[in-house]
Amino acid sequence: MAVVALQAIRKSFGGRPVLAGIDIALAQGELVSLLGPSGCGKTTLLRILAGFERPDAGTVRLDGRDITALAANRRNMGMVFQSYSLFPNLDATDNVRFGPRVRGVPRAEQSRRAEHLLELVGLGGHRHKFPHQLSGGQQQRVALARALAVQPDVLLLDEPLSALDAKVRAQLRSEIRRIQRETGVTTVFVTHDQEEALSISDRVAVMNEGRMLQVASPAAIYREPADAFVARFIGAGAVLSGRADGPAVRVGAVALPAAAAAGHPAGTAVELFLRPEHVRLDPAATPPSGALAAEIRELTFFGSLTRVRLALDGIADSEAWADVASDRADGFQPGLRVWASWDAAAPRVLARV
Amino acid sequence: MSARLGPVAVLAIVLGIVFFLTPLIVTFAFSLWEGGDRYGFAAYRSLVGDPDLWASLLLSLRLAAETMLLGMVLLVPSMIFVHLKAPGLKPLFEFIAALPFVVPAIALVAGLSALYTGPAWLIGTPNYLVIPYFFLALPYAYRAIDVGLSAIDVRTLTDAAHSLGAGWGQVFRLVLLPNLSTALLGATLLTLTIVMGEFTFASVLLFKTFAVYINDTGSSKVTEAAALSLLSFVITWAAMLGVLLTGRNTTDLGGTH
Repeated sequence: MAVVALQAIRKSFGGRPVLAGIDIALAQGELVSLLGPSGCGKTTLLRILAGFERPDAGTVRLDGRDITALAANRRNMGMVFQSYSLFPNLDATDNVRFGPRVRGVPRAEQSRRAEHLLELVGLGGHRHKFPHQLSGGQQQRVALARALAVQPDVLLLDEPLSALDAKVRAQLRSEIRRIQRETGVTTVFVTHDQEEALSISDRVAVMNEGRMLQVASPAAIYREPADAFVARFIGAGAVLSGRADGPAVRVGAVALPAAAAAGHPAGTAVELFLRPEHVRLDPAATPPSGALAAEIRELTFFGSLTRVRLALDGIADSEAWADVASDRADGFQPGLRVWASWDAAAPRVLARV
Repeated sequence: MSARLGPVAVLAIVLGIVFFLTPLIVTFAFSLWEGGDRYGFAAYRSLVGDPDLWASLLLSLRLAAETMLLGMVLLVPSMIFVHLKAPGLKPLFEFIAALPFVVPAIALVAGLSALYTGPAWLIGTPNYLVIPYFFLALPYAYRAIDVGLSAIDVRTLTDAAHSLGAGWGQVFRLVLLPNLSTALLGATLLTLTIVMGEFTFASVLLFKTFAVYINDTGSSKVTEAAALSLLSFVITWAAMLGVLLTGRNTTDLGGTH
């Protein structure tokens, strides 16, 4: 049975719909990321789950119990906020003890939990430091320990890494996952960073304009986006509009190999999505079978790989990308003519709305 | 980091000290004058022995305490409410808080006398002064508390405390009041300073507060008046020093250790 279930949740602010009928359920111990651009409603959904906002319609259930009208302080949920939210007047230990303390947990147990959790988040040596004496990453670790100290049914993380620098982010991200697995707490993680969502989650829920577009495993979200927005939002890739034509998508006079196009009636308006890692480049004079002529426009170095931006011949304003191992990209430069090819099974083809 | 002061800066500081201290020194010297070429503490002895001084001082202190209490009880919850639930009302609050600056004290006291009726323990007793004193201190207390509220993320701290299981009472007691303590202390000390020095309301309504006592004494006993002026300076400066020191403590807490 789902630990948490949000059913047909609707919410408007000042007549503007922010959530337009959201349904999602989380299983025990699962980590689900709510992923979407700014303003898509993910934080509002989290605040409804936490009890800070009341939905205009819909139900929030915890272990089957309707908690829609229950005040935030009566729900057993721990939350970590985007902005640093430690109580400035309390040291790390007292911050962690705060939840158990207001819930009437005996003092010895409060201290035991604080000690254990500060060790768990790697801050055993910083117990008596005040928030202003801790770095941003350390403050968020204390906030995580504080949220876990109430032994919550659900842990809510509202973009907890967004104020941190890249290195600390990546480190804390994997620590959050480790701690979540160790404690087995069901977790909702809100983020607008796809890399963060894909790397940390059991499932990712992609949201846009108040709707939940797809809820699936990170691999499925990446490989089989259910929606054009999801395909565009997750990862990089070419999006080419054309018409289904057997096992290809025809854009003008050019036929782009795409086995998935065969699933659409011939002549249907479709969009072809092609990931950079699926595109092979060949600078040879003779074209490999099924390859398209293209010109290199730009190279972006990413360390182990180099991303090449291409213009495909015969398709006006077309842009496609190919990832090439950096040690094999030496010969490539803007203006170079190449052949681009891919396995026909690789592109995703979706009907154009 | 320390910087050496240039001669112009040193001169400016010396001039400033002379400007502020000369009247005090002269007043102090005058308060010691006993007629002719005799100097002593007769004025101070006379003051200390005057029961009216203590009565008026205690009355002003009591009114200050009541005004501070009324200000805290009314202002703090309403300002937190506006911060959290109705930020759109903030300009209206700021306008109301600034009104006492533009309404002359005499108009305020006349308006209050005409408008307010009430129980005998309030009307016709010095307690009545707490109402105009509250309005008089409002702009200063409002500013001090507003600065305190702006310095902390009230919404996130409140949400964090709620999510951990705290009710509103615990949020106030354990989170908001401790983190606003500097601002509240500043607001109370400013209120104390204003109430101790207020003359118009008390004089018009015929109550003998500390300021009215100073004025009455000044009209009949000049050296005692000088001694009293110094005493009121000391009270005001002690309060202002308190504001400065609490502000400095806040800065220290925010720094890197």
